[in-house]
Amino acid sequence: MSVTIAVILAVMIVLIVLYNTLVGKKNQVENIFASVDTQLKKRYDLIPNLVASVQEYMQHEKSVLENITQLRAQATKPDISEAQKIALDAQVTSALGSIMVAVEDYPELKANENVMNLQASLNEVEAQIAASRRAYNQAVTDYNNAIEMIPTNFMAMAMNYKRKDVFSIDESQRENIDVQALFDR
Amino acid sequence: MKTVEELTSFYTNQLRPILEQFEEKRKKLRNQILFISFIVLWNIAVIYFFFLSSIDSNSQILQFGIFLTIAIISFLYKYLQRDYRSEFKEQVIKPLIHELEPNLNYLEHAHITQEIFERSELFSKPDKFSGNDFVGGILDKTQIQFSDVHAQKKHKDNKGKTKYSTIFQGLFIVAQFNKNFNARTVVLPDLAQSTFGNLIGSWLQSKNLSRDELIKMDNPEFEKYFVVYGTDQIEARYILTHSMMENLLEFQKKSNHDISLSFIEDHIHLAIHYGKDLFEPTVFRSILDERITKEYIEVLHLAVGIVEQLQLNVRLWSKA
Repeated sequence: MSVTIAVILAVMIVLIVLYNTLVGKKNQVENIFASVDTQLKKRYDLIPNLVASVQEYMQHEKSVLENITQLRAQATKPDISEAQKIALDAQVTSALGSIMVAVEDYPELKANENVMNLQASLNEVEAQIAASRRAYNQAVTDYNNAIEMIPTNFMAMAMNYKRKDVFSIDESQRENIDVQALFDR
Repeated sequence: MKTVEELTSFYTNQLRPILEQFEEKRKKLRNQILFISFIVLWNIAVIYFFFLSSIDSNSQILQFGIFLTIAIISFLYKYLQRDYRSEFKEQVIKPLIHELEPNLNYLEHAHITQEIFERSELFSKPDKFSGNDFVGGILDKTQIQFSDVHAQKKHKDNKGKTKYSTIFQGLFIVAQFNKNFNARTVVLPDLAQSTFGNLIGSWLQSKNLSRDELIKMDNPEFEKYFVVYGTDQIEARYILTHSMMENLLEFQKKSNHDISLSFIEDHIHLAIHYGKDLFEPTVFRSILDERITKEYIEVLHLAVGIVEQLQLNVRLWSKA
Protein backbone atom coordinates (compact mmCIF):
# COMPACT_ATOMS: atom_id res chain seq x y z
CA MET A 1 0.00 0.00 0.00
CA SER A 2 2.62 2.50 1.11
CA VAL A 3 4.69 1.56 -1.95
CA THR A 4 1.83 2.51 -4.25
CA ILE A 5 1.48 5.88 -2.53
CA ALA A 6 5.24 6.47 -2.82
CA VAL A 7 5.18 5.67 -6.54
CA ILE A 8 2.19 7.95 -7.16
CA LEU A 9 3.89 10.74 -5.20
CA ALA A 10 7.13 10.34 -7.14
CA VAL A 11 5.29 10.44 -10.47
CA MET A 12 3.42 13.56 -9.35
CA ILE A 13 6.64 15.30 -8.37
CA VAL A 14 8.25 14.48 -11.72
CA LEU A 15 5.19 15.79 -13.56
CA ILE A 16 5.17 18.99 -11.53
CA VAL A 17 8.87 19.57 -12.20
CA LEU A 18 8.41 19.00 -15.94
CA TYR A 19 5.39 21.25 -16.05
CA ASN A 20 7.12 24.05 -14.16
CA THR A 21 10.25 23.82 -16.29
CA LEU A 22 8.21 24.32 -19.44
CA VAL A 23 6.15 27.17 -18.03
CA GLY A 24 9.35 28.82 -16.81
CA LYS A 25 10.90 28.64 -20.26
CA LYS A 26 7.78 29.93 -21.97
CA ASN A 27 7.58 32.88 -19.57
CA GLN A 28 11.26 33.66 -20.08
CA VAL A 29 10.59 33.97 -23.81
CA GLU A 30 7.62 36.27 -23.24
CA ASN A 31 9.51 38.29 -20.69
CA ILE A 32 12.40 38.92 -23.02
CA PHE A 33 10.13 39.67 -25.96
CA ALA A 34 8.61 42.42 -23.81
CA SER A 35 12.09 43.95 -23.44
CA VAL A 36 12.68 43.70 -27.18
CA ASP A 37 9.39 45.49 -27.65
CA THR A 38 10.36 48.27 -25.23
CA GLN A 39 13.61 48.84 -27.07
CA LEU A 40 11.83 48.89 -30.44
CA LYS A 41 9.39 51.49 -29.07
CA LYS A 42 12.30 53.60 -27.84
CA ARG A 43 13.66 53.63 -31.35
CA TYR A 44 10.30 54.52 -32.86
CA ASP A 45 10.12 57.46 -30.46
CA LEU A 46 13.36 58.82 -31.86
CA ILE A 47 12.20 58.72 -35.48
CA PRO A 48 9.92 61.83 -35.62
CA ASN A 49 12.66 63.86 -33.98
CA LEU A 50 15.22 62.62 -36.47
CA VAL A 51 13.00 63.28 -39.46
CA ALA A 52 12.24 66.80 -38.20
CA SER A 53 15.93 67.57 -37.76
CA VAL A 54 17.09 66.38 -41.15
CA GLN A 55 14.24 67.04 -43.58
CA GLU A 56 15.14 70.70 -44.05
CA TYR A 57 18.48 69.69 -45.53
CA MET A 58 17.62 66.38 -47.14
CA GLN A 59 15.49 67.58 -50.04
CA HIS A 60 16.70 64.79 -52.32
CA GLU A 61 15.92 61.98 -49.92
CA LYS A 62 12.32 62.89 -49.27
CA SER A 63 11.06 59.44 -50.25
CA VAL A 64 13.32 57.77 -47.69
CA LEU A 65 12.02 60.04 -44.95
CA GLU A 66 8.42 59.47 -45.96
CA ASN A 67 9.04 55.76 -46.06
CA ILE A 68 10.37 55.65 -42.53
CA THR A 69 7.55 57.79 -41.19
CA GLN A 70 5.11 55.35 -42.75
CA LEU A 71 6.88 52.35 -41.31
CA ARG A 72 6.80 53.92 -37.89
CA ALA A 73 3.06 54.54 -38.16
CA GLN A 74 2.51 50.88 -39.03
CA ALA A 75 4.75 49.58 -36.31
CA THR A 76 3.17 51.62 -33.54
CA LYS A 77 -0.35 50.37 -34.28
CA PRO A 78 -1.59 48.57 -31.19
CA ASP A 79 -2.94 45.39 -32.81
CA ILE A 80 -0.01 43.97 -34.78
CA SER A 81 1.34 40.50 -34.14
CA GLU A 82 4.81 39.49 -32.94
CA ALA A 83 5.73 38.24 -36.40
CA GLN A 84 4.70 41.56 -37.98
CA LYS A 85 6.71 43.45 -35.38
CA ILE A 86 9.75 41.43 -36.25
CA ALA A 87 9.29 42.06 -39.98
CA LEU A 88 8.75 45.80 -39.56
CA ASP A 89 11.77 46.07 -37.32
CA ALA A 90 13.95 44.71 -40.12
CA GLN A 91 12.64 47.33 -42.55
CA VAL A 92 13.05 50.17 -40.08
CA THR A 93 16.63 49.12 -39.41
CA SER A 94 17.55 49.26 -43.07
CA ALA A 95 15.74 52.59 -43.65
CA LEU A 96 17.46 54.19 -40.65
CA GLY A 97 20.78 52.89 -41.87
CA SER A 98 20.31 54.60 -45.22
CA ILE A 99 19.40 57.90 -43.57
CA MET A 100 22.51 57.75 -41.44
CA VAL A 101 24.65 57.09 -44.51
CA ALA A 102 23.00 60.02 -46.28
CA VAL A 103 23.74 62.34 -43.33
CA GLU A 104 27.42 61.88 -44.11
CA ASP A 105 26.92 63.84 -47.35
CA TYR A 106 25.69 66.96 -45.57
CA PRO A 107 28.43 68.75 -43.64
CA GLU A 108 25.86 71.03 -41.94
CA LEU A 109 24.03 67.99 -40.64
CA LYS A 110 27.13 66.18 -39.54
CA ALA A 111 28.11 69.20 -37.44
CA ASN A 112 24.60 69.71 -36.07
CA GLU A 113 24.56 68.96 -32.36
CA ASN A 114 20.97 67.79 -32.37
CA VAL A 115 21.66 65.31 -35.15
CA MET A 116 24.80 64.13 -33.42
CA ASN A 117 22.90 63.47 -30.20
CA LEU A 118 20.20 61.66 -32.12
CA GLN A 119 22.81 59.55 -33.83
CA ALA A 120 24.34 58.58 -30.49
CA SER A 121 20.91 57.74 -29.07
CA LEU A 122 20.08 55.67 -32.12
CA ASN A 123 23.37 53.77 -31.87
CA GLU A 124 22.59 53.14 -28.24
CA VAL A 125 19.11 51.82 -28.99
CA GLU A 126 20.41 49.72 -31.89
CA ALA A 127 22.96 48.11 -29.58
CA GLN A 128 20.26 47.46 -27.00
CA ILE A 129 17.97 45.99 -29.65
CA ALA A 130 20.75 43.74 -30.92
CA ALA A 131 21.38 42.54 -27.36
CA SER A 132 17.74 41.88 -26.60
CA ARG A 133 17.31 40.06 -29.91
CA ARG A 134 20.15 37.74 -28.97
CA ALA A 135 18.70 37.21 -25.50
CA TYR A 136 15.35 36.45 -27.12
CA ASN A 137 16.89 33.97 -29.53
CA GLN A 138 18.63 32.17 -26.68
CA ALA A 139 15.41 32.00 -24.67
CA VAL A 140 13.55 30.65 -27.71
CA THR A 141 16.28 28.08 -28.33
CA ASP A 142 16.05 26.87 -24.73
CA TYR A 143 12.28 26.70 -25.05
CA ASN A 144 12.40 24.84 -28.36
CA ASN A 145 14.98 22.41 -26.97
CA ALA A 146 12.72 21.68 -24.01
CA ILE A 147 9.81 21.04 -26.34
CA GLU A 148 11.74 18.55 -28.45
CA MET A 149 13.96 16.84 -25.91
CA ILE A 150 13.12 13.90 -23.70
CA PRO A 151 11.50 13.99 -21.12
CA THR A 152 9.97 17.46 -21.37
CA ASN A 153 8.69 16.78 -24.90
CA PHE A 154 5.93 14.46 -23.60
CA MET A 155 4.72 17.13 -21.22
CA ALA A 156 4.93 19.76 -23.97
CA MET A 157 2.76 17.61 -26.20
CA ALA A 158 0.19 17.29 -23.44
CA MET A 159 0.31 21.05 -22.84
CA ASN A 160 0.09 21.74 -26.59
CA TYR A 161 3.19 23.93 -26.64
CA LYS A 162 4.46 24.75 -30.12
CA ARG A 163 7.89 25.74 -31.41
CA LYS A 164 8.58 29.47 -31.59
CA ASP A 165 10.57 31.34 -34.24
CA VAL A 166 13.84 33.12 -33.59
CA PHE A 167 14.65 36.58 -34.92
CA SER A 168 16.50 36.14 -38.16
CA ILE A 169 18.41 38.73 -40.09
CA ASP A 170 16.94 38.71 -43.58
CA GLU A 171 19.03 38.80 -46.70
CA SER A 172 18.42 42.48 -47.46
CA GLN A 173 19.96 43.38 -44.11
CA ARG A 174 22.99 41.22 -44.53
CA GLU A 175 23.97 42.97 -47.75
CA ASN A 176 25.39 46.43 -47.63
CA ILE A 177 22.65 48.95 -48.09
CA ASP A 178 22.43 50.19 -51.65
CA VAL A 179 21.91 53.86 -50.88
CA GLN A 180 21.53 54.94 -54.49
CA ALA A 181 18.74 52.49 -55.12
CA LEU A 182 16.91 53.77 -52.08
CA PHE A 183 17.17 57.37 -53.22
CA ASP A 184 16.10 56.63 -56.78
CA ARG A 185 12.79 55.25 -55.65
CA MET B 1 50.89 53.05 -27.95
CA LYS B 2 54.21 51.52 -29.01
CA THR B 3 54.32 48.04 -30.49
CA VAL B 4 56.04 45.10 -28.81
CA GLU B 5 58.90 45.35 -31.33
CA GLU B 6 59.45 49.05 -30.67
CA LEU B 7 59.41 48.43 -26.97
CA THR B 8 61.85 45.54 -27.26
CA SER B 9 64.25 47.66 -29.27
CA PHE B 10 63.97 50.45 -26.66
CA TYR B 11 64.69 47.92 -23.95
CA THR B 12 67.63 46.28 -25.64
CA ASN B 13 69.18 49.50 -27.00
CA GLN B 14 68.41 52.43 -24.68
CA LEU B 15 68.32 50.47 -21.48
CA ARG B 16 71.28 48.27 -22.33
CA PRO B 17 73.93 50.23 -20.35
CA ILE B 18 71.67 50.32 -17.28
CA LEU B 19 70.89 46.63 -17.60
CA GLU B 20 74.57 45.79 -17.80
CA GLN B 21 75.16 47.72 -14.58
CA PHE B 22 72.36 45.79 -13.00
CA GLU B 23 73.80 42.53 -14.20
CA GLU B 24 77.00 43.36 -12.28
CA LYS B 25 74.99 44.29 -9.20
CA ARG B 26 72.99 41.11 -9.55
CA LYS B 27 76.09 38.91 -9.60
CA LYS B 28 77.43 40.65 -6.53
CA LEU B 29 74.14 40.28 -4.75
CA ARG B 30 73.86 36.62 -5.71
CA ASN B 31 77.32 35.90 -4.34
CA GLN B 32 76.51 37.81 -1.19
CA ILE B 33 73.32 35.85 -0.66
CA LEU B 34 74.99 32.51 -1.36
CA PHE B 35 77.85 33.36 1.00
CA ILE B 36 75.62 34.49 3.84
CA SER B 37 73.30 31.51 3.39
CA PHE B 38 76.27 29.22 3.57
CA ILE B 39 77.46 30.84 6.82
CA VAL B 40 74.02 30.62 8.40
CA LEU B 41 73.68 27.01 7.34
CA TRP B 42 77.16 26.19 8.60
CA ASN B 43 76.58 27.76 12.00
CA ILE B 44 73.28 26.09 12.55
CA ALA B 45 74.72 22.73 11.44
CA VAL B 46 77.66 23.15 13.82
CA ILE B 47 75.39 24.02 16.74
CA TYR B 48 73.20 21.04 15.97
CA PHE B 49 75.88 18.38 15.54
CA PHE B 50 78.07 19.46 18.44
CA PHE B 51 75.52 20.39 21.07
CA LEU B 52 72.10 19.09 20.27
CA SER B 53 72.35 15.81 18.38
CA SER B 54 72.76 13.81 21.59
CA ILE B 55 69.50 15.09 23.10
CA ASP B 56 66.50 12.72 23.00
CA SER B 57 63.85 14.84 21.28
CA ASN B 58 66.13 14.94 18.31
CA SER B 59 63.69 15.11 15.41
CA GLN B 60 61.82 18.07 16.85
CA ILE B 61 65.01 20.04 17.23
CA LEU B 62 66.02 19.13 13.70
CA GLN B 63 62.67 20.37 12.43
CA PHE B 64 63.09 23.59 14.34
CA GLY B 65 66.62 23.98 12.99
CA ILE B 66 65.45 23.63 9.40
CA PHE B 67 62.63 26.07 10.01
CA LEU B 68 65.04 28.59 11.60
CA THR B 69 67.49 28.30 8.72
CA ILE B 70 64.80 28.92 6.12
CA ALA B 71 63.41 31.84 8.10
CA ILE B 72 66.79 33.54 8.53
CA ILE B 73 67.83 33.04 4.94
CA SER B 74 64.55 34.28 3.47
CA PHE B 75 64.64 37.31 5.77
CA LEU B 76 68.21 38.10 4.69
CA TYR B 77 67.31 37.49 1.07
CA LYS B 78 64.47 39.98 1.23
CA TYR B 79 66.59 42.49 3.13
CA LEU B 80 69.58 42.26 0.83
CA GLN B 81 67.71 42.51 -2.44
CA ARG B 82 65.46 45.37 -1.31
CA ASP B 83 67.60 48.19 -2.68
CA TYR B 84 68.52 46.27 -5.79
CA ARG B 85 64.85 45.64 -6.47
CA SER B 86 63.78 49.26 -5.92
CA GLU B 87 66.56 50.58 -8.10
CA PHE B 88 65.71 48.13 -10.82
CA LYS B 89 62.07 49.17 -10.84
CA GLU B 90 62.93 52.85 -10.80
CA GLN B 91 65.50 52.62 -13.58
CA VAL B 92 64.13 49.87 -15.79
CA ILE B 93 60.42 49.21 -15.28
CA LYS B 94 59.41 52.85 -14.88
CA PRO B 95 61.15 54.09 -18.08
CA LEU B 96 59.72 51.11 -19.91
CA ILE B 97 56.18 52.12 -18.91
CA HIS B 98 56.78 55.75 -19.86
CA GLU B 99 58.14 54.67 -23.20
CA LEU B 100 55.02 52.61 -23.82
CA GLU B 101 52.58 55.33 -22.75
CA PRO B 102 53.84 58.68 -21.44
CA ASN B 103 50.49 59.33 -19.75
CA LEU B 104 50.85 56.48 -17.29
CA ASN B 105 52.22 56.83 -13.77
CA TYR B 106 54.11 54.14 -11.95
CA LEU B 107 54.29 53.59 -8.17
CA GLU B 108 56.36 50.71 -6.90
CA HIS B 109 54.73 50.22 -3.52
CA ALA B 110 51.10 50.98 -4.37
CA HIS B 111 48.52 48.50 -5.61
CA ILE B 112 44.86 48.22 -6.66
CA THR B 113 42.76 48.84 -3.56
CA GLN B 114 41.06 45.98 -1.79
CA GLU B 115 37.79 47.83 -2.27
CA ILE B 116 38.06 47.60 -6.06
CA PHE B 117 39.18 43.98 -5.81
CA GLU B 118 36.10 43.11 -3.78
CA ARG B 119 33.81 45.19 -5.98
CA SER B 120 34.80 43.02 -8.93
CA GLU B 121 33.04 40.00 -7.32
CA LEU B 122 35.49 37.73 -9.10
CA PHE B 123 36.82 36.11 -5.94
CA SER B 124 35.66 35.59 -2.39
CA LYS B 125 36.55 38.21 0.20
CA PRO B 126 40.28 37.96 1.01
CA ASP B 127 41.69 37.99 4.56
CA LYS B 128 45.12 39.10 3.47
CA PHE B 129 45.64 41.46 0.57
CA SER B 130 48.88 42.79 -0.86
CA GLY B 131 50.41 43.92 -4.11
CA ASN B 132 52.87 46.24 -5.81
CA ASP B 133 53.83 47.80 -9.14
CA PHE B 134 50.85 50.08 -9.56
CA VAL B 135 50.34 51.67 -12.97
CA GLY B 136 47.56 54.17 -13.61
CA GLY B 137 46.50 56.96 -15.89
CA ILE B 138 44.16 58.09 -18.62
CA LEU B 139 44.58 56.85 -22.17
CA ASP B 140 42.63 59.16 -24.45
CA LYS B 141 39.19 58.88 -22.82
CA THR B 142 39.65 55.79 -20.73
CA GLN B 143 40.92 55.64 -17.20
CA ILE B 144 42.97 52.53 -16.51
CA GLN B 145 44.79 51.08 -13.49
CA PHE B 146 46.60 47.85 -12.93
CA SER B 147 48.96 46.24 -10.46
CA ASP B 148 50.27 43.01 -9.10
CA VAL B 149 47.85 41.60 -6.57
CA HIS B 150 48.09 38.75 -4.11
CA ALA B 151 44.89 37.85 -2.28
CA GLN B 152 44.79 35.13 0.36
CA LYS B 153 42.18 33.46 2.47
CA LYS B 154 42.64 32.32 6.04
CA HIS B 155 41.67 28.78 7.00
CA LYS B 156 42.49 26.18 9.63
CA ASP B 157 44.26 22.98 8.61
CA ASN B 158 43.45 19.63 10.21
CA LYS B 159 45.89 20.26 13.05
CA GLY B 160 44.11 23.50 13.91
CA LYS B 161 46.90 25.73 12.63
CA THR B 162 45.97 28.91 10.80
CA LYS B 163 47.08 28.87 7.21
CA TYR B 164 46.73 31.19 4.26
CA SER B 165 45.91 29.93 0.82
CA THR B 166 46.07 31.98 -2.35
CA ILE B 167 42.79 32.85 -4.01
CA PHE B 168 44.35 35.04 -6.65
CA GLN B 169 47.86 36.04 -7.63
CA GLY B 170 48.62 37.90 -10.80
CA LEU B 171 47.77 41.04 -12.66
CA PHE B 172 44.58 42.90 -11.81
CA ILE B 173 43.37 45.51 -14.31
CA VAL B 174 40.50 47.98 -13.92
CA ALA B 175 39.33 50.31 -16.65
CA GLN B 176 36.33 52.48 -17.32
CA PHE B 177 33.94 50.79 -19.70
CA ASN B 178 32.64 52.63 -22.74
CA LYS B 179 28.97 51.84 -22.17
CA ASN B 180 26.68 52.59 -19.25
CA PHE B 181 25.10 49.67 -17.48
CA ASN B 182 23.34 48.84 -14.22
CA ALA B 183 23.54 45.07 -14.00
CA ARG B 184 26.41 42.86 -12.88
CA THR B 185 28.04 40.54 -15.39
CA VAL B 186 30.81 38.13 -14.43
CA VAL B 187 32.86 36.11 -16.94
CA LEU B 188 34.91 33.23 -15.55
CA PRO B 189 37.20 30.62 -17.10
CA ASP B 190 35.09 27.61 -17.99
CA LEU B 191 36.24 24.73 -15.85
CA ALA B 192 33.03 22.69 -15.68
CA GLN B 193 32.37 22.51 -19.40
CA SER B 194 35.94 21.60 -20.28
CA THR B 195 36.11 18.94 -17.55
CA PHE B 196 32.66 17.38 -17.77
CA GLY B 197 31.67 18.11 -21.37
CA ASN B 198 28.86 20.26 -22.67
CA LEU B 199 25.73 18.69 -21.28
CA ILE B 200 26.75 17.92 -17.71
CA GLY B 201 29.05 20.93 -17.57
CA SER B 202 26.37 23.44 -18.44
CA TRP B 203 23.96 21.75 -16.04
CA LEU B 204 26.54 22.11 -13.26
CA GLN B 205 27.07 25.76 -14.20
CA SER B 206 23.38 26.51 -13.96
CA LYS B 207 23.41 25.06 -10.44
CA ASN B 208 26.19 27.32 -9.17
CA LEU B 209 24.41 28.90 -6.22
CA SER B 210 27.11 31.40 -5.30
CA ARG B 211 26.72 33.10 -8.67
CA ASP B 212 23.91 34.95 -10.45
CA GLU B 213 21.88 33.54 -13.31
CA LEU B 214 23.78 31.59 -15.99
CA ILE B 215 23.89 33.43 -19.30
CA LYS B 216 24.52 31.35 -22.41
CA MET B 217 26.36 33.16 -25.17
CA ASP B 218 25.84 32.66 -28.89
CA ASN B 219 29.52 32.23 -29.71
CA PRO B 220 30.54 28.57 -29.36
CA GLU B 221 34.24 29.31 -29.00
CA PHE B 222 33.61 31.88 -26.31
CA GLU B 223 31.36 29.41 -24.51
CA LYS B 224 34.16 26.86 -24.61
CA TYR B 225 36.60 29.12 -22.78
CA PHE B 226 34.29 31.12 -20.55
CA VAL B 227 31.15 30.90 -18.50
CA VAL B 228 29.00 34.00 -17.97
CA TYR B 229 26.86 34.82 -14.94
CA GLY B 230 24.81 37.96 -14.59
CA THR B 231 21.78 39.71 -13.22
CA ASP B 232 20.42 40.78 -16.59
CA GLN B 233 20.22 38.60 -19.70
CA ILE B 234 19.95 41.56 -22.05
CA GLU B 235 22.55 43.84 -20.51
CA ALA B 236 25.08 41.01 -20.47
CA ARG B 237 24.66 40.77 -24.23
CA TYR B 238 24.70 44.54 -24.59
CA ILE B 239 28.19 44.43 -23.05
CA LEU B 240 29.35 41.16 -24.61
CA THR B 241 28.67 41.95 -28.24
CA HIS B 242 29.97 39.62 -30.93
CA SER B 243 33.04 41.76 -31.48
CA MET B 244 33.68 42.07 -27.73
CA MET B 245 33.63 38.28 -27.43
CA GLU B 246 36.09 37.93 -30.31
CA ASN B 247 38.37 40.54 -28.74
CA LEU B 248 38.26 38.83 -25.36
CA LEU B 249 39.11 35.48 -26.92
CA GLU B 250 42.07 37.05 -28.66
CA PHE B 251 43.14 38.72 -25.42
CA GLN B 252 42.91 35.41 -23.59
CA LYS B 253 45.06 33.70 -26.22
CA LYS B 254 47.66 36.46 -26.08
CA SER B 255 47.85 36.32 -22.30
CA ASN B 256 48.25 32.54 -22.38
CA HIS B 257 46.80 32.34 -18.86
CA ASP B 258 43.33 31.99 -17.40
CA ILE B 259 41.49 35.28 -17.21
CA SER B 260 38.43 36.25 -15.20
CA LEU B 261 36.56 39.44 -15.80
CA SER B 262 33.55 41.32 -14.59
CA PHE B 263 31.52 44.33 -15.64
CA ILE B 264 30.28 46.13 -12.57
CA GLU B 265 29.50 49.80 -11.85
CA ASP B 266 30.55 50.99 -15.32
CA HIS B 267 33.99 49.39 -15.02
CA ILE B 268 35.64 46.36 -16.48
CA HIS B 269 37.70 44.34 -13.98
CA LEU B 270 40.14 41.87 -15.42
CA ALA B 271 42.24 39.37 -13.48
CA ILE B 272 45.01 37.45 -15.24
CA HIS B 273 46.08 34.40 -13.23
CA TYR B 274 49.86 34.50 -13.56
CA GLY B 275 50.34 32.86 -10.17
CA LYS B 276 53.44 34.90 -9.36
CA ASP B 277 54.71 38.38 -8.61
CA LEU B 278 55.47 40.15 -11.90
CA PHE B 279 58.03 42.81 -12.86
CA GLU B 280 60.55 41.49 -10.32
CA PRO B 281 64.28 41.48 -11.12
CA THR B 282 65.95 38.08 -11.14
CA VAL B 283 68.71 37.19 -8.72
CA PHE B 284 69.78 33.71 -9.72
CA ARG B 285 69.27 34.12 -13.44
CA SER B 286 70.85 36.63 -15.78
CA ILE B 287 68.90 39.85 -16.07
CA LEU B 288 69.91 39.96 -19.72
CA ASP B 289 68.09 36.69 -20.38
CA GLU B 290 65.80 37.16 -23.37
CA ARG B 291 62.92 35.26 -21.87
CA ILE B 292 62.82 37.60 -18.88
CA THR B 293 62.97 40.66 -21.10
CA LYS B 294 60.17 39.26 -23.18
CA GLU B 295 57.98 38.68 -20.18
CA TYR B 296 58.29 42.24 -18.83
CA ILE B 297 57.46 43.69 -22.21
CA GLU B 298 54.67 41.34 -23.14
CA VAL B 299 52.86 41.63 -19.82
CA LEU B 300 53.05 45.43 -19.90
CA HIS B 301 51.95 45.57 -23.50
CA LEU B 302 49.06 43.24 -22.83
CA ALA B 303 47.82 45.22 -19.82
CA VAL B 304 48.04 48.63 -21.45
CA GLY B 305 46.80 47.20 -24.74
CA ILE B 306 43.45 46.26 -23.25
CA VAL B 307 42.15 49.75 -24.08
CA GLU B 308 42.88 49.22 -27.77
CA GLN B 309 42.03 45.55 -27.87
CA LEU B 310 38.61 46.03 -26.33
CA GLN B 311 38.11 49.37 -28.12
CA LEU B 312 37.34 51.16 -24.89
CA ASN B 313 37.93 54.56 -26.48
CA VAL B 314 35.13 54.06 -28.98
CA ARG B 315 32.21 56.15 -27.75
CA LEU B 316 29.37 55.53 -30.16
CA TRP B 317 26.75 55.27 -27.49
CA SER B 318 25.13 57.64 -25.06
CA LYS B 319 28.17 57.63 -22.79
CA ALA B 320 30.25 60.78 -23.35
